[in-house]
Parts: sequence; C-alpha cells; structure tokens
Amino acid sequence: MIHFVLLISRQGKVRLTKWYSPYSQKERSKVIRELSGMILTRGPKLCNFVEWRGFKVVYKRYASLYFCMCINQEDNELEVLEIIHHYVEILDRYFGSVCELDLIFNFHKAYYILDEVLIAGELQESSKKTVARLVAAQDSLVEAAKEEAASISNIIAQATK
Amino acid sequence: MSGGGGPSLMDSLFQRTLDDLIKGIRLHLPGAAQSSFISKSLDEIRREIKSTDSQTKATALQKLTYLHSLHGIDMSWAAFHAVELTSSPSFLHKKTGYLAASLSFRPSMDVLLLLTNQLRKDLSSTNQHEVSLALECLSVICTPDFARDLTPDIFTLLSGKNFIRKKAIACLLMVFSQYPDAVRVCFKRLVDNLESADNAQTLAATVGVFCELASKEPRSYLPLAPEFYRILVDSRNNWVLIKVLKIFAHLAKLEPRLAKKVVEPICDHMKRSEAKSLVFECVRAIVSSFYEFEFAVKLAVAKIREFLLDSDLNLRYLGLQGLLLVAPNHLWAVLENKEVVIKSLSDVDRNIKLEALRLVMSMVSDDNVVEICRVLIGYALKSDPEFCNEILRSMLSTCSRNVYEIVIDFDWYVSLLAEMARIPHCQNGEEIEFQLIDIGMRVKDVRPELVRAGRDLLIDPALLGNPFIHRILSAAAWVSGEYVKFSRNPFEIMEALLQPRTNLLPPSIRSVYIHSTFKVLSFCLHSFLLPGKGVNSSRSNFVDIEPGFTYSESEQEFTETDHATSSSGFNKRDTFTQEAVVNMLTLVITSLTPLAESHDVEIQERVRNVLGLAQLAQQEISCNHDQKEKMVDKVDLKTSIIIRLINDALSEDFGPVSLSAQERVPVPNGLVLEENLSKLDSICADVQLSISESFSLVKPILLPTDGDSVSNQQNEEDSETSPAESMSLLAEHRKRHGLFYLPSDHNKNASSSFPPANDPNQRDNDVEDLVKLTDESLVLKRKPGSNRPRPVVVKLDEGERLPITVKKTDENDDLISGAVRDVLLGNEASLHSSNPSGRRKGESHSKDKVENFETGNSSKRRSKHRNHGKYVEDKEENSEKSKKKSGGRHKARRRADGGIDVAVQKQVIPDFLL
Repeated sequence: MIHFVLLISRQGKVRLTKWYSPYSQKERSKVIRELSGMILTRGPKLCNFVEWRGFKVVYKRYASLYFCMCINQEDNELEVLEIIHHYVEILDRYFGSVCELDLIFNFHKAYYILDEVLIAGELQESSKKTVARLVAAQDSLVEAAKEEAASISNIIAQATK
Repeated sequence: MSGGGGPSLMDSLFQRTLDDLIKGIRLHLPGAAQSSFISKSLDEIRREIKSTDSQTKATALQKLTYLHSLHGIDMSWAAFHAVELTSSPSFLHKKTGYLAASLSFRPSMDVLLLLTNQLRKDLSSTNQHEVSLALECLSVICTPDFARDLTPDIFTLLSGKNFIRKKAIACLLMVFSQYPDAVRVCFKRLVDNLESADNAQTLAATVGVFCELASKEPRSYLPLAPEFYRILVDSRNNWVLIKVLKIFAHLAKLEPRLAKKVVEPICDHMKRSEAKSLVFECVRAIVSSFYEFEFAVKLAVAKIREFLLDSDLNLRYLGLQGLLLVAPNHLWAVLENKEVVIKSLSDVDRNIKLEALRLVMSMVSDDNVVEICRVLIGYALKSDPEFCNEILRSMLSTCSRNVYEIVIDFDWYVSLLAEMARIPHCQNGEEIEFQLIDIGMRVKDVRPELVRAGRDLLIDPALLGNPFIHRILSAAAWVSGEYVKFSRNPFEIMEALLQPRTNLLPPSIRSVYIHSTFKVLSFCLHSFLLPGKGVNSSRSNFVDIEPGFTYSESEQEFTETDHATSSSGFNKRDTFTQEAVVNMLTLVITSLTPLAESHDVEIQERVRNVLGLAQLAQQEISCNHDQKEKMVDKVDLKTSIIIRLINDALSEDFGPVSLSAQERVPVPNGLVLEENLSKLDSICADVQLSISESFSLVKPILLPTDGDSVSNQQNEEDSETSPAESMSLLAEHRKRHGLFYLPSDHNKNASSSFPPANDPNQRDNDVEDLVKLTDESLVLKRKPGSNRPRPVVVKLDEGERLPITVKKTDENDDLISGAVRDVLLGNEASLHSSNPSGRRKGESHSKDKVENFETGNSSKRRSKHRNHGKYVEDKEENSEKSKKKSGGRHKARRRADGGIDVAVQKQVIPDFLL
C-alpha cells in the first residue's frame, strides 16, 4: 500500500501531498523536509528508489517536478513506478502537456484526478480512458453547478435574501 | 440593496479567488514577505468563511485547503465549515468540502460526529459521483465510529455499479482495520467479488484488499487459495497478478502442498512475462517462499542475473535486492555473481553501493572473512567518507556478531581494528573502542598482539589530532596499561602516554591515559625492584615464591596455569636498569606535575596518585644509588612493599560480565535490600552515595565507612601509609573499571559486610569461577582447514549481543482474522452473535500474545544494551517490564470478565512512521 504521495519541485516547493496513513501535521512537515533533502540531492540517472526509515520511497522526476510515493519494504517498486507514470500520463492528457504551473493553479484538480487513480493507497483504475471519462463527467457537473450559481435568478435570490 | 445582503454580496464580489491567492504568494519572495502575505490572506479567509453565501464560503475553504496542503497551515479550526459545505446541494461546493475534509480531518476531531449523517446520505445518493466523493473521504478519515455506523451502507455498495463497487471494496480495508466486526457483515460479498471476475478493476481492488489482509495474518485466508489459484492461472492483468503473487508468498509458507501446486504457474509467468515488475515479483516470491524448489530458484537466479547485467540502474538495484533475499538459503547464487556484486561497490549510486555492501556482508564466513575484509578496507580507503563509514560499520558488526563467531585469527582481527583507526574518515571510534577492550577481556591469547597494536596507535602523535579516534586511543591506552606485561618496551609506552600532544585529548580520555601511566609505572617499578617475583605473583601467594623461579621466555605458548609468568619478549635484566627507571620517574614527574592542579577532578586525582608513587620511588631509588643495587635492600624498601600491594591489586584479570549476572545473584535469607540501603543513607548522610556503587559491583567498592575494618586487617603487616594508599588506589580502580569485574561467589559477598578486595582466598575462588564459566559455556570451534586453533573466547550467555527479531502484530489484525476465520468456516454460532463467548476467549488470547511480544521486545532491547556492568539500569528496566506485563495482564482479565463493548474500545492508530 502507498502511504503517501508527494509532489515536490526541484526547488523544494511542495506541489501536492496526499496521506493515506495517519500522520500528524508535525510529522508531515518533517517527512517532507527529510525526503526532499534526500531526493533532491540525488543526481540524475541514479536509481529511483531510496530507503527511508524502513520504508521505500519510489520517486521519478518529470521536468521540474519530483513525484514521490512511499511504500512498504516488500511492495513492488517497479509497479509503483508504473503508477507514477500512469498518473503523470493522465495529468498530461487532461491538461494537454502538463507543466508545473498547471498543477499550481489547479491544485484541486490534481487532487481529484489522483483520487480517481488511487484510493486508500491502492491503484483503483488502470485505464487512462476511464479516468479521463470520469474526470470529465465530474467537470461537467461542476460546470453545471457554476452556471446555476451564476444565473440571474440566483443572483436576485441572493440579493433579496 | 438590503442591509443584510450588502456585505455578503460585497464580500463575494471583491473576494480574492484561488488564482489571486496563488499569484500573490508567487509574487512575494519566500520568507518574511510571503508569510506576512499568507497571514493576511488567512485573516481574509477567516472572515469570508463565515459568509452565508456558500460560493464565498467555498472559495474561502478552497484557499484554506491550498494553504494547508502546500504550506502546512493549520486548518482544524475550519473543520465545521468543511462539514457544512459537504451538505451543499451544489456539486462544486460539496466537492470542495470533501476535499478539505479528507486532507485535514483527524480522528480526534469532535466535528467528525457531524459528518456521519452526511456521509450516509451521500453513500446512498443516486448521483454516483457523490457516492464516490463520500467513499474517498471515508477511505482516508475512517474512524471506528464511522466504520460501525456506515458498514451497512458500504455493504449495499459492494454489489452496485462497478465504478462505485471498486471504491467501496478498497474502502473496506480501512473499515475492517477500524471496526473488525464489519468483517462479519461484508466478508462474504467481498469473496463474491473475487469469484465474479466480470470486471478487472473490481477484481484488482478485491485482490488488493486480500493482499493487505494476508500480509498481516495469512493463515485465515488459506481456504481461499483455490480462488487465488484460479486468478493466478487465468488472469492476464499484471496489477492483479503481482498482488496474487504476494498473497501466495505468504500462504505458501504455511502450506507446503500449496507451494508445490503454485510453483509451476509462477515459473510460467516468470518465463513468459515481458513486464519487469511482474518478473521481479515472481523472483521475489520464489526466493522468499519457494526456495526449496531447486528448478524454480535456478530460474529466479537466472532472472536476477539478467537484472544485474542490465544497464537500467533500477533493475540492477532490484537484482541486488533479489540476491539479498536468496542469500540466506542459497549462498551459491551470491557467490556466482560475486564479481558483479564487488563491482557494484564502486557504483555511482549510493543506494546500489549499500545493497552491494549488504550482499558482501552476507557472503562472509570464517573461511573468507580475512579476504573480504581486505577487499573492503581497500574500498573504504577510496570511498567518500559516508560510505567509508558504512563499510567500516558493517565490517565491525559482522565480525563481532555472536561474540566474534567468524573470527578465528584474532591477531589478524586486532590488526584490522588498528588499521581501521588509521583510515582518515573513520568515525566508528566508539565501536572500535568497545571491541578492542572486549576482545582483550574475552581472548587471552590475543593480548600480546593487542598491546603491540595499542602501542603503534599510541606512539603516533598524528592520531592525537583527530577527535574521531580519541575513543580508540582511549582503548589503546587502557589495553597498554592493563596488559603492559606483554609489552616489549614499557618505557616506550610510558613515553607515548605522556607525550605533550596528549593535551589534545578530552579529560575523560586523558584520565584513562593517566591511569594507564600508573599501571605501567607500577609494572616497571615492580620489575626493577622485585625482579625475582612474578609480575602476577598474586596468583600464587607471593611470599612462597621460590627464589629460582624462572620465566618462560616463549611468546606464544603460555597457558592458563603459567599465566603468572610474564611472557614479555624483552630481557628484564637489561631493560630495567637503574638509569632507565630513574629516567622514567623523572619523565613521569615532570610531565604530570603541571596536571596536579587540573580543574578536572578525574585527572587531578589520578595525577596525584601517580605522582605520589613516583615521588616516593624516586626518593628511595636515588638514595639507593650509591649502594650499587643491592637486591636485599630493594626488597625492603617502602616502595617495594607498596608496589607489591599495588601490583596485587592490579594484576587481577578483568573478564566480561554476563548480562544476566545480577539476576543470577540469589538474595540471601534475611537480607532486605531496600532496608539496608535506607540505613546506609542515614548513616552516611553527608557522603554522596550513588546508587550504582551500592548495587553494581560483585566485589564492592570500599566505601569510606568501611575503611576502618579493612585497614585494621592490614595494619599489622604493613607500614602506615601503604595500606591506605593502596586501598584507595584499588578502590578507585574498581570504581573506574567496576563494570569489567567478573561475577564471583555472590552469596558470600552479599551477606558479609564488604570484605577486603584483595583477600587471597577470594581470588582463588575467582579463578575457579572463571575456569568454571569458560568450561560451561565457551564454544570451541576448530575448523579442519585452519592450521591454527581458534583461541578461547570467553562467552557468558548464549544470545549475548544477539538481537531477537520479534514481529509485533496488531491486536486488530487478530480480531479481523478471527472474524474472517469464523465467516469462512461458516461457524454459525459465532456468525450470528456479535460477541459470543468464543470471541471473548479469542480476544484475551490475542492479548496474551501481544503481551508475549512485549516481553520479547524488551529482552531484545536489553540484549542490545551493551554496557556490561550497568546492572541498575537493567534492573530498573526489568521492573518496568514486569509492571507493564502485569498491567497488560490485568487489562486482559478485565476485558475478559467485564463485558465491555468491543466496538467502543478506543482504537490506537498505529504510528506508522514516527
């Protein structure tokens, strides 16, 4: 099982954190600090696994972003690498060649997409198409809600409340 | 515009959006400007989030969520608002609310209670995206209460649409762990999902849940093996296969027949699959659980070799890991790939180097330890400091494992330790120090070499400048002092101990140096003044020594019995000339006199002891100068008498102390330890008595209060000053090195009131004790190939310094597996009632198990505890342990008797990382 997912930029800025195991806020910042110290200092073209406190962290760098996932010692590292790649590909399709800025300004969308890929620390959907379809469906629901909120009748209802 | 609506509308019109916030943060430089911007935004958010307009509220919450998840800002105060938004009719707002909840809620929050109803409503919603939101949130923040209350809702979803079903299944793992009774409700449906393989994703989710469950307690899932087997053979989905392989790796250990059946299909996958992840999983399963099947292991090792030779670093890393897993059962696989492993030691990637190092260490045996260590030292010299120390650390721990089990040639090992000390980056001083002293005490035969190595370290002035090896120098000094009788040239050691650069040492180590000076000095004086007497004359009664007693000059062949004879290789007559001794005394006095005023009490005290002896000796020997060395006179000198006494005190061997020594001491009848101590306290209220003194020594320190009785005994035969001085020196010596004293006839000591430490009768007992101990437990392993027998290594108890690995299982896992077993075995009686008596019994049983683990754990901790003599700490730990134990038992009993609802019991969230 995946214990947490971290997206860290090359400068050490956190872009996304998702915790599937319980960590207090203090622990979370400590984990982020430790791991970014360990991973960002590793040179290019080294292996994608680091051992950390009896766990394994699988990471992969895409452009300026490091995608990191923490797993148990006995979990399959290559599988997790594939999960990371899977997530990145879905992001890429969704945003149309994704860049760091997309994730910064649409952080909530990055979370929603991640939630369609992983649940409870496990991969839930291995088909990119299905994820894309589900996310699109949710987006249309959101759009509908927005339109409704912006409709004239709603504004009048707000103003005269 | 109405008065009430105005501000709200204004708020929503001029509210900063998420984009504005993010841009603002990016505009401000990290540091003070940024944090002040964030706190300003937080103020706005606090205001906006209270708005009645749900759009304004949602935007505020979204901004806060952003700050929380990426900038670590606390948002627990906004939990209520998040709950409020989850009930919004707008999907957008609901989504925002759930995102905030799943990212920030903690099990301890009161607000969670308010969410239960909303979750239930959304779980039964007709809009599948709303159900999905609720499930996702639940999978992260599930608490026992949620799990209990929502189990029926999740149960219904287990047979719903695929899109929802897979999420509900994944959620079950969390629900089970929080509320094991949910297993009784949901397990059958879960198994159904395993059988109806109509949808790949639900199957993957189901197998994922079983994989996690089986990793904790595999036995309960054995009945499902046929299902898993079908999946293993039929499925073409790699994600599923990997999980099934993991499940079988657990199950096969329990059921050999099953292993036989599945090993073929696993090999098929390994041969056929293109996916490296699947291949590696097959390899891992084979080498960890199916290692008895020769053909499968051969195939797996071939795959590992492919990995090792691949250009992809990831595969190389995994190949090494695979080898590491094979190593315990099939060492040949490692030896076959030896060159690759050794080559990997100089890989660019530190992680790969570490794996390779672990592998090299796994290859070590008593046949090749010398060769491997030579190679490793070479690598250590050219590696970066960090990895160099990693190498040294693993060498030290491997060689010392199980009381130096693999070391046959201790002379070699000592020289290896000395060599390590000279590696520039060495930072393992502490461990080397420990081992040097430990070996000195355990292995008699190695002492001459130890002294030689110690001398080489001591005389090198360059080493004194490196603070990392000060600890090693301390060991070298101690060894040189303690075993000075094996030295070729004690004067040289004396010069080394007193060289000017020793002022670079920290006081604690310097005092060891000075104390060693004292030992060397007394040895030299003894050899000079009383050349006819054995250095260790105390072994036999010194008065009875025959005049013609000669020394065996051979260096290697001294045995237990003629231990009294010094085997030093130098000619005593020539070395201990009047001139040399006088020079040495002058050196001692001139170098140490400035230190007599040292601010460090340890140093000051020791220096004064040494000076006292040296000055006395100097006076008498210089006076004697004119008389042209008359032996008779020498023997009668005051100094001689003192030296004789001191040597008696110092010549006793230190041995390793068993960790359980203190526990083995039976408390004699009529001795109440606490009472005795409290009395002592009142008697010597002004004398500071540390607890360790009263507890720790087998042969106790002579406390100030006992001085009288002791000196009375000795006064008759000795001059006035000598007993007092030698006693105090002795006492100090014992105080200093108390932890190295061997346990001996405890009963006698504990009951009698502090007998004099150098009572000859008692010493005899000591020797006997030592012999007995070694007879009992020493392990003699003679390798047919080696031409030199392995020296005796004193070993006190089995398992000393031997870590015991204990797997601690969660109580919850036991509950879950208990429930699973009930369901699978169709035990009607226990299926129906939620807390039958059988259940209770099982629970208290599991509690007992946990308790056992606890005991094991602390004993492991204790055996790791290296400090040999610190009994007090051990004892405290023991009592703590027993307290804990009794507490646990009490709890279990209470649980079993009183019918406390299992569901209500407080769940301890396992702390996974910190």
